[in-house]
Amino acid sequence: MRQFFAWLFLIVLMVFLVIGGFEMVHPFGEPPSTMDQYIIDNAQEEAGSNNVVGAVVFDYRGFDTLGEATVLFAAVMGVLLVLRASEKKEET
Amino acid sequence: MTETLIGNFPFVAAVVLMGIALYILIFRRNLIKIVMGITILSSSVNLFLVTLGYRAGGIAPIYTDAPEGPMVLPVVQALTLTNIVIAVATSALILSLVIRIYRHTGSLDSKKSRRMKG
Amino acid sequence: MSKIVRTVANQLMAFVLVFGLYVIMHGHVTPGGGFQGGAIIASGVVMLIVAFGSGQIKKFLRERRLSLVESSGALLFILIAFAGIGTVFFYNFLVGSRIFGGIPPTGSNPGDVWTGGVIPVMNLAVGLKVTAGLSAAVLALALFSSGEEMEE
Repeated sequence: MRQFFAWLFLIVLMVFLVIGGFEMVHPFGEPPSTMDQYIIDNAQEEAGSNNVVGAVVFDYRGFDTLGEATVLFAAVMGVLLVLRASEKKEET
Repeated sequence: MTETLIGNFPFVAAVVLMGIALYILIFRRNLIKIVMGITILSSSVNLFLVTLGYRAGGIAPIYTDAPEGPMVLPVVQALTLTNIVIAVATSALILSLVIRIYRHTGSLDSKKSRRMKG
Repeated sequence: MSKIVRTVANQLMAFVLVFGLYVIMHGHVTPGGGFQGGAIIASGVVMLIVAFGSGQIKKFLRERRLSLVESSGALLFILIAFAGIGTVFFYNFLVGSRIFGGIPPTGSNPGDVWTGGVIPVMNLAVGLKVTAGLSAAVLALALFSSGEEMEE
């Protein structure tokens, strides 16, 4: 019974997503973009760099990079914490 | 109708990958296979993000020795970069937890480690 | 591993370090940057772990040193972000000044390293952080599987 509902959910979700991929997204190759056109035109004067993606990651969207650095830090600390050999070998 | 049927194919490829990943997450019980399903899910989202910002006949958004042509969208590529780094970090954390579970319960079946014991 | 593998891994590590630092420091001219260069150097460290065994590498890369490098990378990133607090948080205050202050001409041009404002410094900080973090994670996984733990 549970397997029947799991299959039903998966098939309904996949049909909805495939139809959405064909109809609800913009045609491939013509994205509607005004913010990106402003960034491409003005990145060399305002940020002073040739690499527009680097300027977006560190200058126009620096807060996202700050959040990502925090997540990376927390995950590495989590790995080092979980993988410590326990001191007491005998547990009752 | 047939224009969008053939032209929008990269979006549907990303959706098919997401379908495979959801099938693995619902129907498989081995813990390592579940970790692989999570990785495939984040890969499908990254593919969908990058193909959202493609301009027909576009070049890479770098001004150093750039050829002629319109540039593809750079903001979407920045989001994908962040997503890849976060996926690596969380996958390392999940794998370390799987190693601990295997040492504690002795099997990689997710049904055996479901109940919390003292 | 055999003697050939160990010798070749020794010699190749110098090239991996130079290439990784090149990708980090040219992040504002060519494709690349802090995250990509940090992943390159971390994969070089993984090559050394596979060639020499984790027991020998743990004497050289201790936990305290890797933690220090990673925390200093994160602190440098936040200090640079706070340094432009006169206008706004994350303000690019080095554009037009003497260090890293050139402005490239509009359109396609051969790139100059002394441009970019505050971006090369942030690339260096993030590169240090990602290198130390990924190396520590892989070293901890390798040591736990063989039954030891990281040295202080």
